[in-house]
Amino acid sequence: MIEANGLTKRFGDKVAVNDLSFTVQPGIVTGFLGPNGAGKSTTMRMILGLDRPTAGAALINGRPYTSAHAPMRLVGALLDAKNVHGGRTARAHLNSLVQSNGLPMRRVDEVLAMTGMTEAAGRRIKGFSLGMSQRLGIAAAMLGDPEILIFDEPVNGLDPEGILWIRQFMQALAAEGRTVFVSSHLMSEMENTAEHLIVIGLGKLLADMTTKDFIAANSAGIVRVRTPQTDEMLAALRTAGWQANLVDGHIDVLGTTTDAVGDLAAAKSYTVHELFTQRSSLEEAFMEMTRDSVEYHAGDVAVGSAP
Amino acid sequence: MTTTTAPPARTAALPPGGATLPRVIRSEWTKFWSVRSTPWTLLIAVVVTIGFATLLAWGVSSNLDTMKPDQRATLDVTSLSASGIAFGQLAMAVLGALFVASEYTTGGIRTTFVAVPNRLRVLLAKIVVFSLVAWVVGTIASFASFFVAMTFWTPHHLATSLSTPAVLRAVMGSGLIAVASGLLGLALGALIRHTAGAITAAIALLFVVPPLTQLLPGGWGDAISTRFITNAGQRITEVIQTPGQLHPWAGYLWMLGECLIPLIVGAWLIRNRDA
Repeated sequence: MIEANGLTKRFGDKVAVNDLSFTVQPGIVTGFLGPNGAGKSTTMRMILGLDRPTAGAALINGRPYTSAHAPMRLVGALLDAKNVHGGRTARAHLNSLVQSNGLPMRRVDEVLAMTGMTEAAGRRIKGFSLGMSQRLGIAAAMLGDPEILIFDEPVNGLDPEGILWIRQFMQALAAEGRTVFVSSHLMSEMENTAEHLIVIGLGKLLADMTTKDFIAANSAGIVRVRTPQTDEMLAALRTAGWQANLVDGHIDVLGTTTDAVGDLAAAKSYTVHELFTQRSSLEEAFMEMTRDSVEYHAGDVAVGSAP
Repeated sequence: MTTTTAPPARTAALPPGGATLPRVIRSEWTKFWSVRSTPWTLLIAVVVTIGFATLLAWGVSSNLDTMKPDQRATLDVTSLSASGIAFGQLAMAVLGALFVASEYTTGGIRTTFVAVPNRLRVLLAKIVVFSLVAWVVGTIASFASFFVAMTFWTPHHLATSLSTPAVLRAVMGSGLIAVASGLLGLALGALIRHTAGAITAAIALLFVVPPLTQLLPGGWGDAISTRFITNAGQRITEVIQTPGQLHPWAGYLWMLGECLIPLIVGAWLIRNRDA
């Protein structure tokens, strides 16, 4: 189990992580979602004892990670896949890690096979593609057959086959009872992988709930109705207390269902030509939620020179 | 690169594992030798050290006739054979700086610290591995330089041997200077965390600043200059002591101490800075 209690990190005046509290439970994949610059990597580094929190604490099984006796048996982490010395071969890199924790050397061949990297073992890491580096990073994380896995944006640079592989891999790890904590800036990626979501923006906690609840809460539909009696319908909907807007000749109603709108139309004997729910995608819901907390907005695009 | 292998079940019988110091030393040993620059730098250092000692022994022995009697009397053929150690020092300082700083520039230090969260244990392992390598390689180069140089002095009946008092200490001394120089490089790597910066600082402190300190005026200027890193350390390679300079062991201990101060500061920073 991973716990963050009031975790805060300031870099000078800038607050990267702001009073973040959550727990990550074993047995499921927990997605750590947020736009770029939201503080996901900083939070993960604090959990792993690489960065010191300005305030608060991060604990793994109730203790700071830095006090772990058998670090690689406890936690396997993939932060940045390029966090390796490129001059070494993949095998030498893994050998050195296995030796540092007194693990059996056979683990090197096992994790190489597990990640499909056996043939690349003798090559120097600097020649690796990003996808291969990710696989090597995952291989390194698995050396100690750890109880807890922490992956920062693991699908970066992977081809579709690799993405599918890592998704199934993480779910299998969780199914074995391990704690799997994985970050992403893409909702679509987490939607199919994570059972629980922790969403942050500008270092602050925005949501901590199951993916199912998150979808239910955030993909509330818009009921769209088209009728020849537009003005009358609009007035009736507003009288009924719903937020209704005229858009391109049809009406968008918020906070209701097609059943309720249909009943109202029938009661008033309005003709209805079209009635359906327009669902916003989860990606839109996520963007909506984090809109105010995106660090860098793309400015309005101005073409040509100023007058 | 095709795989759909599911992870093996958690029952994989693994020993408890633990990042103990001997294990971390083994790991750092593997890391040190698995980078191509290591064997090459060491090989070049040994070859150049011996080459320079040979060149100097040949040059000075060919010009013996032009020497004044008092110059001949204070001619220290052992110390002369150690002149090449400057190249050994340079190589050790560079390798030491790279051993730490390259982990920071590549980001590999984060992988290291996740595997071994006890940072001082990592640094200590690096110090053990590197001191051992620097001492062995420095000592081999020193003995080789000595024996090659003596072949030039034998015809002039000026050759000395390891059984002569102080000669063994002087020849072993070069290996010890290699250790101190390597530790300085290691320390600067930990302080600066940037390969080019750490190497530049090491070269400056070992080779550029020491001769400049001789320009300092007065008694305190002399006191600083005679104790300044390489100025002090090279005394241990002398059989015939230079007047006004430190005793051989005192000189070496000054140098070692001056190299350990940045190492202690570096250790404190490694422990407390974000990685």
